[in-house]
Amino acid sequence: MHAPADQRFPIELRLNGESRRGSAEPRMQLCDFLRHELGATGVHVGCEHGVCGACTVLVDGVASRSCLMLAVQADGRRIDTVESLARDDVMNDLQQAFRRHHALQCGFCTSGILMSCVEFLQRGPAPDEAQVRDMLSGHLCRCTGYTGIVRAVLEVAKQRREGESQQQALENHNDV
Amino acid sequence: MKPASFDYVRVSSKREVLQLLHEHGEDARVLAGGQSLMATLNMRLTQPKLVIDINRVEELRSIRNERGHLAVGAAVRQVELTDRTELATEVPLLAQALPWIGHFQTRNRGTVCGSVAHADPSAEIPLCLVTLGGTVVLESLKGKRREVPAADFFQGLLTTARQPRELISEVRFPLAQDGTEYRFREIAMRHGDFALVALALCLSDHGARLGVGGVADRPVAQPLPLGDALPDTLNTLAWSLGAQDDIHASAAYRRQLVRELGRRLIEEPSHARTR
Ligand SMILES: Cc1cc2nc3c(=O)[nH]c(=O)nc-3n(C[C@@H](O)[C@H](O)[C@H](O)COP(=O)(O)OP(=O)(O)OC[C@H]3O[C@@H](n4cnc5c(N)ncnc54)[C@H](O)[C@@H]3O)c2cc1C
Ligand code: FES
Ligand code: FES
Repeated sequence: MHAPADQRFPIELRLNGESRRGSAEPRMQLCDFLRHELGATGVHVGCEHGVCGACTVLVDGVASRSCLMLAVQADGRRIDTVESLARDDVMNDLQQAFRRHHALQCGFCTSGILMSCVEFLQRGPAPDEAQVRDMLSGHLCRCTGYTGIVRAVLEVAKQRREGESQQQALENHNDV
Repeated sequence: MKPASFDYVRVSSKREVLQLLHEHGEDARVLAGGQSLMATLNMRLTQPKLVIDINRVEELRSIRNERGHLAVGAAVRQVELTDRTELATEVPLLAQALPWIGHFQTRNRGTVCGSVAHADPSAEIPLCLVTLGGTVVLESLKGKRREVPAADFFQGLLTTARQPRELISEVRFPLAQDGTEYRFREIAMRHGDFALVALALCLSDHGARLGVGGVADRPVAQPLPLGDALPDTLNTLAWSLGAQDDIHASAAYRRQLVRELGRRLIEEPSHARTR
Protein backbone atom coordinates (compact mmCIF):
# COMPACT_ATOMS: atom_id res chain seq x y z
CA MET A 1 0.00 0.00 0.00
CA HIS A 2 1.40 3.38 -1.06
CA ALA A 3 0.02 6.45 0.68
CA PRO A 4 1.13 9.91 -0.49
CA ALA A 5 1.56 12.43 2.32
CA ASP A 6 -1.29 14.77 1.40
CA GLN A 7 -4.01 12.20 0.85
CA ARG A 8 -6.37 10.57 3.29
CA PHE A 9 -6.42 6.80 3.26
CA PRO A 10 -9.33 4.55 4.06
CA ILE A 11 -8.87 2.54 7.25
CA GLU A 12 -11.02 -0.35 8.29
CA LEU A 13 -10.67 -1.85 11.74
CA ARG A 14 -12.52 -3.56 14.54
CA LEU A 15 -12.94 -1.08 17.38
CA ASN A 16 -14.27 -2.54 20.62
CA GLY A 17 -15.87 -5.40 18.74
CA GLU A 18 -17.52 -3.30 16.03
CA SER A 19 -16.41 -2.83 12.41
CA ARG A 20 -15.52 0.80 11.86
CA ARG A 21 -14.25 2.81 8.91
CA GLY A 22 -12.47 6.11 8.71
CA SER A 23 -9.66 7.81 6.87
CA ALA A 24 -6.39 9.45 7.79
CA GLU A 25 -3.30 11.06 6.32
CA PRO A 26 -0.13 8.98 6.79
CA ARG A 27 1.20 11.28 9.50
CA MET A 28 -1.83 10.93 11.78
CA GLN A 29 -1.15 9.11 15.05
CA LEU A 30 -3.45 6.27 16.00
CA CYS A 31 -4.47 8.07 19.24
CA ASP A 32 -5.75 11.09 17.30
CA PHE A 33 -7.56 8.89 14.80
CA LEU A 34 -9.33 7.00 17.58
CA ARG A 35 -10.35 10.21 19.34
CA HIS A 36 -11.17 12.58 16.51
CA GLU A 37 -12.28 10.29 13.70
CA LEU A 38 -13.92 7.46 15.61
CA GLY A 39 -14.99 9.28 18.78
CA ALA A 40 -13.19 6.99 21.22
CA THR A 41 -12.34 9.89 23.51
CA GLY A 42 -11.44 7.57 26.38
CA VAL A 43 -8.02 7.40 24.71
CA HIS A 44 -6.02 10.15 26.38
CA VAL A 45 -2.97 11.82 24.91
CA GLY A 46 -0.25 13.06 27.21
CA CYS A 47 3.40 13.07 26.23
CA GLU A 48 3.27 11.79 22.64
CA HIS A 49 6.56 10.01 23.06
CA GLY A 50 5.66 6.76 24.71
CA VAL A 51 6.55 7.66 28.28
CA CYS A 52 3.31 8.51 30.11
CA GLY A 53 1.17 5.56 29.01
CA ALA A 54 -2.09 7.55 28.93
CA CYS A 55 -2.77 6.57 25.31
CA THR A 56 -2.36 2.81 25.87
CA VAL A 57 -4.84 0.65 23.94
CA LEU A 58 -4.92 -3.02 22.95
CA VAL A 59 -3.78 -3.76 19.41
CA ASP A 60 -4.76 -7.33 18.51
CA GLY A 61 -4.99 -7.95 22.25
CA VAL A 62 -1.62 -6.53 23.32
CA ALA A 63 -1.12 -3.27 25.20
CA SER A 64 0.50 -0.68 22.97
CA ARG A 65 1.09 3.07 22.92
CA SER A 66 -1.31 4.56 20.40
CA CYS A 67 0.83 7.72 20.13
CA LEU A 68 3.66 5.54 18.78
CA MET A 69 1.58 4.04 16.00
CA LEU A 70 0.25 5.55 12.82
CA ALA A 71 -3.46 5.37 12.14
CA VAL A 72 -2.75 3.69 8.79
CA GLN A 73 -0.94 0.91 10.65
CA ALA A 74 -4.19 -0.01 12.40
CA ASP A 75 -5.87 -0.93 9.12
CA GLY A 76 -7.26 -4.45 9.45
CA ARG A 77 -6.37 -4.66 13.15
CA ARG A 78 -8.45 -5.22 16.25
CA ILE A 79 -8.27 -2.23 18.61
CA ASP A 80 -9.76 -2.14 22.09
CA THR A 81 -10.01 1.04 24.13
CA VAL A 82 -11.32 1.74 27.62
CA GLU A 83 -14.80 2.03 26.09
CA SER A 84 -14.73 -1.76 25.65
CA LEU A 85 -14.70 -2.46 29.37
CA ALA A 86 -18.17 -1.44 30.62
CA ARG A 87 -21.18 -3.47 29.43
CA ASP A 88 -24.67 -1.93 29.33
CA ASP A 89 -23.49 1.00 31.44
CA VAL A 90 -22.17 -1.31 34.15
CA MET A 91 -18.46 -0.90 34.85
CA ASN A 92 -16.36 -4.05 34.76
CA ASP A 93 -14.65 -5.52 37.82
CA LEU A 94 -11.41 -3.57 37.26
CA GLN A 95 -13.21 -0.27 36.94
CA GLN A 96 -15.27 -0.97 40.04
CA ALA A 97 -12.20 -1.92 42.03
CA PHE A 98 -10.50 1.29 40.92
CA ARG A 99 -13.47 3.21 42.28
CA ARG A 100 -13.53 1.28 45.58
CA HIS A 101 -9.83 1.82 46.22
CA HIS A 102 -9.67 5.48 45.18
CA ALA A 103 -7.27 4.44 42.46
CA LEU A 104 -7.98 7.59 40.50
CA GLN A 105 -8.40 11.26 41.14
CA CYS A 106 -8.56 13.27 37.92
CA GLY A 107 -8.73 10.04 35.90
CA PHE A 108 -6.53 11.25 33.06
CA CYS A 109 -4.08 8.37 33.28
CA THR A 110 -6.71 5.81 34.24
CA SER A 111 -7.92 4.61 30.85
CA GLY A 112 -4.40 3.72 29.76
CA ILE A 113 -3.66 1.95 33.03
CA LEU A 114 -6.87 -0.07 32.76
CA MET A 115 -5.94 -1.25 29.27
CA SER A 116 -2.47 -2.31 30.41
CA CYS A 117 -4.12 -4.20 33.28
CA VAL A 118 -6.34 -6.11 30.85
CA GLU A 119 -3.40 -7.74 29.08
CA PHE A 120 -1.29 -7.95 32.24
CA LEU A 121 -3.92 -10.00 34.10
CA GLN A 122 -4.54 -12.22 31.10
CA ARG A 123 -0.85 -13.06 30.87
CA GLY A 124 -0.33 -13.59 34.59
CA PRO A 125 -3.51 -14.13 36.61
CA ALA A 126 -1.62 -14.34 39.93
CA PRO A 127 0.74 -11.35 40.08
CA ASP A 128 2.50 -10.28 43.25
CA GLU A 129 2.76 -6.67 44.35
CA ALA A 130 6.22 -6.20 42.84
CA GLN A 131 4.95 -7.37 39.45
CA VAL A 132 1.99 -5.00 39.60
CA ARG A 133 4.30 -2.12 40.46
CA ASP A 134 6.62 -3.10 37.63
CA MET A 135 3.67 -3.11 35.20
CA LEU A 136 2.61 0.32 36.50
CA SER A 137 6.11 1.73 35.92
CA GLY A 138 4.97 2.07 32.31
CA HIS A 139 2.44 4.70 33.39
CA LEU A 140 2.75 8.13 34.93
CA CYS A 141 0.00 9.21 37.30
CA ARG A 142 0.33 12.71 38.68
CA CYS A 143 -2.55 12.54 41.15
CA THR A 144 -2.43 9.35 43.17
CA GLY A 145 0.31 7.63 45.08
CA TYR A 146 -0.26 4.41 43.07
CA THR A 147 -1.14 2.60 46.32
CA GLY A 148 -4.85 2.47 45.51
CA ILE A 149 -4.11 1.31 41.98
CA VAL A 150 -1.89 -1.51 43.24
CA ARG A 151 -4.58 -2.60 45.73
CA ALA A 152 -7.29 -2.55 43.09
CA VAL A 153 -5.31 -4.66 40.62
CA LEU A 154 -4.31 -7.23 43.25
CA GLU A 155 -7.90 -7.48 44.46
CA VAL A 156 -9.31 -8.06 40.99
CA ALA A 157 -6.66 -10.70 40.28
CA LYS A 158 -7.68 -12.52 43.47
CA GLN A 159 -11.41 -12.20 42.79
CA ARG A 160 -11.03 -13.53 39.28
CA ARG A 161 -9.01 -16.51 40.48
CA GLU A 162 -11.58 -17.30 43.14
CA GLY A 163 -14.39 -16.86 40.65
CA GLU A 164 -12.68 -19.27 38.34
CA SER A 165 -12.11 -21.92 40.99
CA GLN A 166 -15.77 -21.66 42.06
CA GLN A 167 -16.78 -22.05 38.45
CA GLN A 168 -14.46 -25.05 38.20
CA ALA A 169 -15.95 -26.59 41.35
CA LEU A 170 -19.45 -26.08 39.99
CA GLU A 171 -18.56 -27.74 36.70
CA ASN A 172 -16.90 -30.67 38.47
CA HIS A 173 -20.01 -31.02 40.65
CA ASN A 174 -22.29 -31.06 37.61
CA ASP A 175 -20.10 -33.68 35.94
CA VAL A 176 -20.68 -36.12 38.79
CA MET B 1 3.65 17.61 18.72
CA LYS B 2 2.54 16.00 15.48
CA PRO B 3 4.78 14.57 12.75
CA ALA B 4 5.50 16.58 9.61
CA SER B 5 4.06 15.10 6.42
CA PHE B 6 5.59 12.03 4.81
CA ASP B 7 4.67 9.42 2.25
CA TYR B 8 3.93 6.04 3.77
CA VAL B 9 4.43 2.63 2.19
CA ARG B 10 3.35 -0.64 3.71
CA VAL B 11 5.55 -3.26 2.10
CA SER B 12 5.00 -7.00 1.99
CA SER B 13 8.39 -8.29 0.90
CA LYS B 14 12.03 -7.72 1.77
CA ARG B 15 12.79 -6.97 -1.86
CA GLU B 16 10.29 -4.12 -1.81
CA VAL B 17 12.04 -2.56 1.22
CA LEU B 18 15.42 -2.83 -0.49
CA GLN B 19 14.02 -1.34 -3.69
CA LEU B 20 12.54 1.65 -1.83
CA LEU B 21 15.69 2.18 0.25
CA HIS B 22 17.67 2.07 -2.97
CA GLU B 23 15.48 4.72 -4.61
CA HIS B 24 15.11 7.04 -1.64
CA GLY B 25 18.26 6.51 0.46
CA GLU B 26 18.59 9.11 3.18
CA ASP B 27 15.10 10.49 2.55
CA ALA B 28 13.54 7.24 3.75
CA ARG B 29 13.17 5.69 7.22
CA VAL B 30 12.30 2.11 8.04
CA LEU B 31 9.41 1.89 10.51
CA ALA B 32 9.84 -1.22 12.67
CA GLY B 33 8.30 -1.15 16.17
CA GLY B 34 8.12 2.63 16.11
CA GLN B 35 9.05 2.85 19.81
CA SER B 36 11.89 5.23 19.03
CA LEU B 37 11.12 6.42 15.49
CA MET B 38 7.57 7.58 16.22
CA ALA B 39 8.72 9.73 19.14
CA THR B 40 11.32 11.46 16.96
CA LEU B 41 8.73 11.94 14.20
CA ASN B 42 6.22 13.35 16.70
CA MET B 43 8.82 15.79 17.97
CA ARG B 44 9.95 16.54 14.39
CA LEU B 45 13.53 15.64 15.29
CA THR B 46 13.46 13.69 12.07
CA GLN B 47 11.43 14.58 8.98
CA PRO B 48 11.81 11.84 6.37
CA LYS B 49 10.06 12.11 3.02
CA LEU B 50 9.15 8.44 3.10
CA VAL B 51 8.33 5.99 5.88
CA ILE B 52 8.63 2.30 4.97
CA ASP B 53 6.54 0.11 7.27
CA ILE B 54 8.04 -3.40 7.53
CA ASN B 55 5.57 -4.69 10.14
CA ARG B 56 3.73 -6.96 7.71
CA VAL B 57 6.73 -8.55 5.99
CA GLU B 58 6.40 -12.25 6.87
CA GLU B 59 9.88 -13.20 5.65
CA LEU B 60 11.44 -10.79 8.20
CA ARG B 61 9.61 -12.41 11.11
CA SER B 62 11.76 -15.49 11.57
CA ILE B 63 13.76 -16.55 14.61
CA ARG B 64 16.19 -19.31 13.65
CA ASN B 65 18.51 -21.40 15.78
CA GLU B 66 21.23 -22.46 13.36
CA ARG B 67 24.99 -23.12 13.14
CA GLY B 68 26.01 -21.67 16.48
CA HIS B 69 23.79 -18.63 16.54
CA LEU B 70 20.25 -17.39 16.99
CA ALA B 71 19.26 -15.29 13.96
CA VAL B 72 16.51 -12.75 14.64
CA GLY B 73 14.74 -11.10 11.69
CA ALA B 74 13.97 -7.40 11.31
CA ALA B 75 10.27 -7.63 12.14
CA VAL B 76 10.67 -9.80 15.27
CA ARG B 77 9.37 -7.99 18.33
CA GLN B 78 11.14 -8.01 21.68
CA VAL B 79 8.15 -9.74 23.31
CA GLU B 80 8.53 -12.68 20.92
CA LEU B 81 11.96 -13.37 22.43
CA THR B 82 10.83 -12.88 26.03
CA ASP B 83 8.04 -15.39 25.32
CA ARG B 84 10.47 -17.91 23.84
CA THR B 85 11.13 -20.45 26.58
CA GLU B 86 14.25 -21.85 24.88
CA LEU B 87 15.90 -18.44 24.99
CA ALA B 88 17.16 -19.02 28.55
CA THR B 89 19.33 -21.88 27.27
CA GLU B 90 20.01 -20.50 23.78
CA VAL B 91 21.15 -16.96 24.67
CA PRO B 92 20.89 -16.67 28.47
CA LEU B 93 22.44 -13.20 28.56
CA LEU B 94 19.69 -11.84 26.31
CA ALA B 95 17.01 -13.62 28.34
CA GLN B 96 18.25 -11.80 31.44
CA ALA B 97 18.59 -8.42 29.72
CA LEU B 98 15.28 -8.19 27.84
CA PRO B 99 13.05 -7.46 30.86
CA TRP B 100 15.11 -4.29 31.43
CA ILE B 101 14.10 -2.74 28.10
CA GLY B 102 11.44 -0.12 28.75
CA HIS B 103 8.08 -1.60 29.73
CA PHE B 104 6.03 -4.56 28.51
CA GLN B 105 3.84 -2.13 26.55
CA THR B 106 6.89 -0.98 24.55
CA ARG B 107 8.40 -4.49 24.26
CA ASN B 108 5.09 -5.58 22.73
CA ARG B 109 5.94 -3.52 19.66
CA GLY B 110 9.66 -2.68 19.76
CA THR B 111 11.81 -4.94 17.59
CA VAL B 112 15.20 -6.49 18.30
CA CYS B 113 16.76 -5.15 15.09
CA GLY B 114 15.17 -1.72 15.62
CA SER B 115 17.01 -1.39 18.91
CA VAL B 116 20.26 -2.31 17.15
CA ALA B 117 19.55 0.16 14.31
CA HIS B 118 18.73 2.94 16.77
CA ALA B 119 22.03 2.40 18.67
CA ASP B 120 21.25 4.12 21.94
CA PRO B 121 24.43 3.83 24.06
CA SER B 122 22.47 2.56 27.06
CA ALA B 123 20.27 0.08 25.17
CA GLU B 124 20.37 -3.49 26.42
CA ILE B 125 20.24 -5.44 23.13
CA PRO B 126 23.26 -3.74 21.53
CA LEU B 127 25.19 -4.33 24.76
CA CYS B 128 24.41 -8.06 24.69
CA LEU B 129 25.29 -8.25 20.99
CA VAL B 130 28.68 -6.60 21.53
CA THR B 131 29.50 -8.60 24.66
CA LEU B 132 28.69 -11.92 22.99
CA GLY B 133 30.51 -10.98 19.77
CA GLY B 134 27.42 -11.18 17.56
CA THR B 135 26.92 -9.91 14.02
CA VAL B 136 24.59 -7.56 12.17
CA VAL B 137 23.46 -8.64 8.71
CA LEU B 138 22.96 -5.75 6.28
CA GLU B 139 21.38 -6.05 2.86
CA SER B 140 20.94 -3.61 0.00
CA LEU B 141 19.59 -3.92 -3.52
CA LYS B 142 22.78 -3.35 -5.44
CA GLY B 143 25.49 -3.83 -2.85
CA LYS B 144 26.65 -7.06 -1.33
CA ARG B 145 25.08 -8.59 1.71
CA ARG B 146 27.39 -7.62 4.60
CA GLU B 147 27.91 -9.31 7.93
CA VAL B 148 29.37 -6.74 10.31
CA PRO B 149 30.74 -7.73 13.75
CA ALA B 150 28.77 -5.88 16.45
CA ALA B 151 31.94 -4.24 17.79
CA ASP B 152 32.43 -2.50 14.42
CA PHE B 153 28.75 -1.80 13.85
CA PHE B 154 28.22 0.61 16.75
CA GLN B 155 30.23 3.74 16.01
CA GLY B 156 28.93 6.35 18.43
CA LEU B 157 25.81 7.99 19.82
CA LEU B 158 22.94 6.81 17.56
CA THR B 159 25.56 6.18 14.87
CA THR B 160 26.23 2.86 13.16
CA ALA B 161 27.99 1.33 10.17
CA ARG B 162 24.65 1.02 8.35
CA GLN B 163 24.53 2.88 5.02
CA PRO B 164 21.30 4.75 4.17
CA ARG B 165 20.38 2.20 1.48
CA GLU B 166 20.88 -0.81 3.73
CA LEU B 167 18.34 -2.78 5.71
CA ILE B 168 19.33 -4.66 8.84
CA SER B 169 17.74 -7.91 7.73
CA GLU B 170 18.71 -9.82 10.88
CA VAL B 171 21.04 -9.84 13.87
CA ARG B 172 22.84 -12.96 15.10
CA PHE B 173 23.50 -13.80 18.72
CA PRO B 174 26.09 -16.54 19.38
CA LEU B 175 24.54 -19.46 21.25
CA ALA B 176 25.58 -20.19 24.84
CA GLN B 177 28.86 -22.07 25.27
CA ASP B 178 29.09 -25.01 27.64
CA GLY B 179 30.90 -24.04 30.83
CA THR B 180 30.25 -20.33 30.41
CA GLU B 181 28.03 -18.39 32.78
CA TYR B 182 26.17 -15.29 31.69
CA ARG B 183 25.18 -12.45 34.01
CA PHE B 184 23.44 -9.14 33.49
CA ARG B 185 22.99 -6.20 35.87
CA GLU B 186 21.64 -2.71 35.43
CA ILE B 187 21.22 0.46 37.46
CA ALA B 188 18.56 2.93 36.30
CA MET B 189 16.60 5.71 37.98
CA ARG B 190 13.51 3.50 37.89
CA HIS B 191 13.00 0.07 36.40
CA GLY B 192 12.16 0.64 32.72
CA ASP B 193 14.20 3.82 32.39
CA PHE B 194 17.32 3.88 30.28
CA ALA B 195 20.38 2.49 32.11
CA LEU B 196 22.77 4.72 34.01
CA VAL B 197 25.13 1.78 33.78
CA ALA B 198 24.39 -1.69 32.40
CA LEU B 199 26.83 -4.58 32.66
CA ALA B 200 26.90 -7.86 30.79
CA LEU B 201 29.28 -10.67 31.68
CA CYS B 202 30.47 -13.94 30.16
CA LEU B 203 32.41 -15.95 32.73
CA SER B 204 34.26 -19.26 32.33
CA ASP B 205 37.39 -21.03 33.56
CA HIS B 206 39.27 -19.35 30.73
CA GLY B 207 38.42 -15.86 31.92
CA ALA B 208 35.83 -13.16 31.86
CA ARG B 209 34.50 -10.76 29.25
CA LEU B 210 32.67 -7.68 30.50
CA GLY B 211 30.44 -5.39 28.45
CA VAL B 212 29.49 -1.92 29.66
CA GLY B 213 26.54 0.13 28.41
CA GLY B 214 25.34 3.62 29.30
CA VAL B 215 28.76 5.15 29.92
CA ALA B 216 30.63 5.52 26.61
CA ASP B 217 28.91 6.67 23.42
CA ARG B 218 28.45 3.00 22.47
CA PRO B 219 28.50 -0.38 24.20
CA VAL B 220 32.06 -1.54 24.92
CA ALA B 221 33.25 -5.05 25.83
CA GLN B 222 36.66 -6.35 26.81
CA PRO B 223 38.33 -9.36 28.44
CA LEU B 224 39.12 -9.05 32.13
CA PRO B 225 41.69 -10.97 34.19
CA LEU B 226 40.33 -12.76 37.23
CA GLY B 227 42.16 -12.56 40.54
CA ASP B 228 44.41 -9.84 41.97
CA ALA B 229 44.64 -7.73 38.83
CA LEU B 230 40.86 -7.32 38.58
CA PRO B 231 40.37 -4.06 40.54
CA ASP B 232 43.12 -2.29 38.58
CA THR B 233 41.78 -3.45 35.23
CA LEU B 234 38.25 -2.42 36.17
CA ASN B 235 39.56 0.99 37.19
CA THR B 236 41.38 1.43 33.88
CA LEU B 237 38.25 0.30 32.03
CA ALA B 238 36.08 2.73 34.00
CA TRP B 239 38.33 5.67 33.11
CA SER B 240 38.70 4.62 29.47
CA LEU B 241 34.97 5.00 28.76
CA GLY B 242 34.92 8.79 28.81
CA ALA B 243 32.00 9.08 31.25
CA GLN B 244 30.15 12.42 31.24
CA ASP B 245 28.05 14.23 33.82
CA ASP B 246 24.38 14.49 32.99
CA ILE B 247 21.13 15.35 34.74
CA HIS B 248 20.86 11.87 36.25
CA ALA B 249 24.38 11.07 37.42
CA SER B 250 27.92 12.40 37.56
CA ALA B 251 30.78 10.89 35.58
CA ALA B 252 32.44 9.92 38.87
CA TYR B 253 29.35 7.98 39.96
CA ARG B 254 29.21 6.13 36.65
CA ARG B 255 32.91 5.18 36.97
CA GLN B 256 32.28 3.99 40.49
CA LEU B 257 29.38 1.85 39.29
CA VAL B 258 31.60 0.23 36.66
CA ARG B 259 34.31 -0.52 39.24
CA GLU B 260 32.09 -1.71 42.05
CA LEU B 261 29.25 -3.40 40.17
CA GLY B 262 31.77 -4.97 37.80
CA ARG B 263 33.63 -6.50 40.75
CA ARG B 264 30.42 -7.72 42.39
CA LEU B 265 29.04 -9.13 39.16
CA ILE B 266 32.17 -11.23 38.77
CA GLU B 267 32.69 -12.20 42.40
CA GLU B 268 29.20 -12.35 43.87
CA PRO B 269 26.73 -13.98 41.51
CA SER B 270 23.90 -13.55 44.01
CA HIS B 271 23.94 -9.85 43.15
CA ALA B 272 23.33 -10.69 39.54
CA ARG B 273 19.61 -11.24 39.98
CA THR B 274 17.74 -9.99 36.96
CA ARG B 275 15.45 -7.89 39.10
C1 LIG C 1 8.92 4.62 27.32
C2 LIG C 1 10.04 3.96 26.58
C3 LIG C 1 11.11 3.42 27.28
C4 LIG C 1 12.16 2.80 26.61
N1 LIG C 1 13.17 2.27 27.35
C5 LIG C 1 14.16 1.59 26.71
C6 LIG C 1 15.22 0.96 27.46
O1 LIG C 1 15.25 1.00 28.68
N2 LIG C 1 16.17 0.32 26.74
C7 LIG C 1 16.17 0.26 25.38
O2 LIG C 1 17.05 -0.34 24.79
N3 LIG C 1 15.20 0.83 24.66
C8 LIG C 1 14.19 1.50 25.28
N4 LIG C 1 13.21 2.09 24.53
C9 LIG C 1 13.28 2.02 23.03
C10 LIG C 1 12.88 0.65 22.57
O3 LIG C 1 11.58 0.37 22.98
C11 LIG C 1 12.91 0.34 21.08
O4 LIG C 1 12.92 -1.02 21.01
C12 LIG C 1 14.07 0.65 20.20
O5 LIG C 1 14.78 1.78 20.51
C13 LIG C 1 13.66 0.80 18.74
O6 LIG C 1 13.09 -0.35 18.21
P1 LIG C 1 11.83 -0.25 17.27
O7 LIG C 1 11.62 -1.58 16.67
O8 LIG C 1 10.71 0.37 17.98
O9 LIG C 1 12.40 0.68 16.09
P2 LIG C 1 11.80 1.98 15.40
O10 LIG C 1 11.42 2.98 16.41
O11 LIG C 1 10.78 1.58 14.41
O12 LIG C 1 13.09 2.48 14.60
C14 LIG C 1 14.20 3.05 15.28
C15 LIG C 1 15.25 3.51 14.25
O13 LIG C 1 15.86 2.38 13.63
C16 LIG C 1 15.60 2.34 12.23
N5 LIG C 1 15.34 0.93 11.91
C17 LIG C 1 14.50 0.09 12.57
N6 LIG C 1 14.59 -1.16 12.08
C18 LIG C 1 15.50 -1.12 11.07
C19 LIG C 1 16.04 -2.11 10.18
N7 LIG C 1 15.67 -3.39 10.24
N8 LIG C 1 16.97 -1.72 9.27
C20 LIG C 1 17.36 -0.42 9.21
N9 LIG C 1 16.90 0.54 10.04
C21 LIG C 1 15.98 0.21 10.95
C22 LIG C 1 14.43 3.25 12.02
O14 LIG C 1 14.41 3.80 10.73
C23 LIG C 1 14.67 4.30 13.09
O15 LIG C 1 15.62 5.23 12.66
C24 LIG C 1 12.14 2.72 25.18
C25 LIG C 1 11.08 3.26 24.46
C26 LIG C 1 10.03 3.87 25.14
C27 LIG C 1 8.89 4.44 24.35
S1 FES D 1 0.69 9.96 25.01
FE1 FES D 1 1.30 8.02 24.38
S2 FES D 1 2.55 7.40 26.01
FE2 FES D 1 2.15 9.46 26.52
S1 FES E 1 -5.55 10.10 38.27
FE1 FES E 1 -4.87 12.03 37.63
S2 FES E 1 -3.10 11.52 36.49
FE2 FES E 1 -3.64 9.66 37.35
